[in-house]
Amino acid sequence: MASASMAASPGNWAAARQGTGVAYVEDPIRAFAIATMFWGIVGFLVGVVIASQLAWPALNLGLEWTSFGRLRPVHTSAVIFAFGGNALLGTSLYIVQRTCRARLWGGEEMGWWLFWGYQFFIVTAALGYVLGVTQGKEYAEPEWFSDLWLTVLWVMYLLAYAGTIMRREEPHIYVANWFFLAFIITVALLHIGNNVSLPLALTSTFSYAAPAGVQGAMIQWWYGHNAVGFFLTAGFLGMMYYFIPKQAERPVYSYRLSIVHFWSIIFLYIWAGPHHLHYTALPDWAQTLGMVFSVMLWMPSWGGMINGIMTLSGAWDKLRTNAGLRFSVTAVAFYGMSTFEGPVMSIKAVNSLSHYTDWTIGHVHSGALGWNGFITFGALYWLIPVLWKRARMWSEALIAWHFWLATLGIVLYITAMWVSGIMQGLMWRAYDELGFLQYSFIETVAAMHPYYVIRALGGVLYLSGAILMAWNVFKTITAGEEVEEARVAAPAAQPVPAE
Amino acid sequence: MLKKFTHGTIERNVILLSVLTLITVSIGGLAQIVPLFTVESTIERVQGVRPYTPLELMGRNIYVREGCYACHSQMVRPFRDENERYGHYSLAAESMYDRPFQWGSKRTGPDLARVGGRYSDDWQAAHLRAPRDLVPDTVMPAYAFLDRPLDYSGIEAHLRAQRALGVPYTEEMVANARADLEAQARPDADASGFSSRYARARQAAFDGNPQRVTEMDALVAYLQMLGTLVDFRDVTPEQLRQQ
Repeated sequence: MASASMAASPGNWAAARQGTGVAYVEDPIRAFAIATMFWGIVGFLVGVVIASQLAWPALNLGLEWTSFGRLRPVHTSAVIFAFGGNALLGTSLYIVQRTCRARLWGGEEMGWWLFWGYQFFIVTAALGYVLGVTQGKEYAEPEWFSDLWLTVLWVMYLLAYAGTIMRREEPHIYVANWFFLAFIITVALLHIGNNVSLPLALTSTFSYAAPAGVQGAMIQWWYGHNAVGFFLTAGFLGMMYYFIPKQAERPVYSYRLSIVHFWSIIFLYIWAGPHHLHYTALPDWAQTLGMVFSVMLWMPSWGGMINGIMTLSGAWDKLRTNAGLRFSVTAVAFYGMSTFEGPVMSIKAVNSLSHYTDWTIGHVHSGALGWNGFITFGALYWLIPVLWKRARMWSEALIAWHFWLATLGIVLYITAMWVSGIMQGLMWRAYDELGFLQYSFIETVAAMHPYYVIRALGGVLYLSGAILMAWNVFKTITAGEEVEEARVAAPAAQPVPAE
Repeated sequence: MLKKFTHGTIERNVILLSVLTLITVSIGGLAQIVPLFTVESTIERVQGVRPYTPLELMGRNIYVREGCYACHSQMVRPFRDENERYGHYSLAAESMYDRPFQWGSKRTGPDLARVGGRYSDDWQAAHLRAPRDLVPDTVMPAYAFLDRPLDYSGIEAHLRAQRALGVPYTEEMVANARADLEAQARPDADASGFSSRYARARQAAFDGNPQRVTEMDALVAYLQMLGTLVDFRDVTPEQLRQQ
């Protein structure tokens, strides 16, 4: 599919574009869009496989390469870093050029370097997981050599991004770029901070982490939680702040709220890590800090949600006619839901029940499937016609089908996990009338089976929607109605400075 | 003299925006991480925690390689039900040599922090090979492929790397790493040196076959020592206090 689309791409049409006078770099962005679609389907598919393994363990096949323990990081990395990462890189490079009215710093070559360098990172990391090369830390599984490669690549990304902003013709840096910058800078900090390790030898794929035990746990969840906070939140908020105004053809609801949202969310998020370590051997003071800041985080999160959703003021009717926008707005609603659920679960009393159960898995997926997935789909449905100079997506009906399949899939997924998670937590702590633990552990495992089946079904629906999307994208590129000038002339609505 | 400072100043200057962002996101992490290295009482002052034997260390690396942490925690919380199900709540001291830590975040299977000695070696090996033969309702994958020779050619390098990171392996432990590893997997080997270097370490044919050292030997040796190093009969509340 990639080759077909590349062949169909209308060469350097950006350079020939009239009006703005800027020759934007676009070929690598088209590649990022295709890669987002490709890795999304890979990641969702592996998700369906491992969800099915939990329902029917025979699917582990008894092979080392296909066991749940090795495939689980393939799923998490594929959806977060491959699907999410390609979406972030592609959209951020698109947005920074448009909102700055400047060509990408480093030009076409930089774009391709970032593209192929990032795909190389994904493939080496994923191959490693299957072969058992892992650091054994969730969401930070790639070994030291992949980590070093990503560090180099990330510095180039920062240079390209900041370099483009420096070339801008707009006096102000648009709000989406603040979020993307914070995402790039903080992910660099987290990635380096959590991957300090000592390789066994320069020829070895094996390394030992530098921090141990309790310090290692704190650093890991400082990283892990802020991979959510900055990779999956700040970066995707950058998307929200560009694509929702674009789709709604309205300026961002509130400039002041954008400022408050930005600084409060990046300050508060970084403190929330210890809520992953409630009631562990992490000292209580750190747990309490993590809880308090997690609860406070609710406020800026909802500030952002309000800013996104209220941007539709006066344009609500577009939800009926624009199925892509429906994805973007539902994404923000899911964002609001999971950023409410998160603070609730970070309260120690709630966490004592929810931790270690499927409730956490359900929470993560309402964020990942609902927020990250939907905001990306919404962005792509807008961006694909623009990038390939098409009048519109090939089929609006397929977008609607995608929307309802995916939404139904999420509903099945998260409700199944709520029920199984809360049930599991209650069964673990249940006592019988004689004062003995009522259930053996394996009884709680057996009780999960129906919910694991429902969850896998939810995943199948979500995957089916994505396959419809891929088909729609393919047809748009190969058979969509061409236009001379796609509908993108003006940069995103600029906020008015508060002076 | 000074122009009125507004957010407009920040959003016109990418360097200023970046530096302020970096400062803003650094504060929380520094406040939470640095004290864990400097406050001494973070690690409880209990006796008995020792570095892993070479065989246990290789077993632990297999545990990490197979991603066991995706379904098993190693962190018992201080609740009545967990105390009854798993034992005493976990201490920071008990994972002070764990690189990486394996506290986990999900219990699809039970907590393993104190699984050591709960089951026989035979049970553990048989359960790893074919979990559903022993526990019909389990969803654990089968690990029969672990019955293959353990590659321990680099065992000295492993101990040296651990020592470089602060684990108190002595020169003697490094020099005898290979012999200690083999001795632990063979119940009838002479192991006076081994036992004196690693307190409470048990020798056994963990996989049921004393003839060769397999990955199964290493993993079972590791599982069988989990949570057994601290004798909680000797521990006082004062020793457990963290600040």
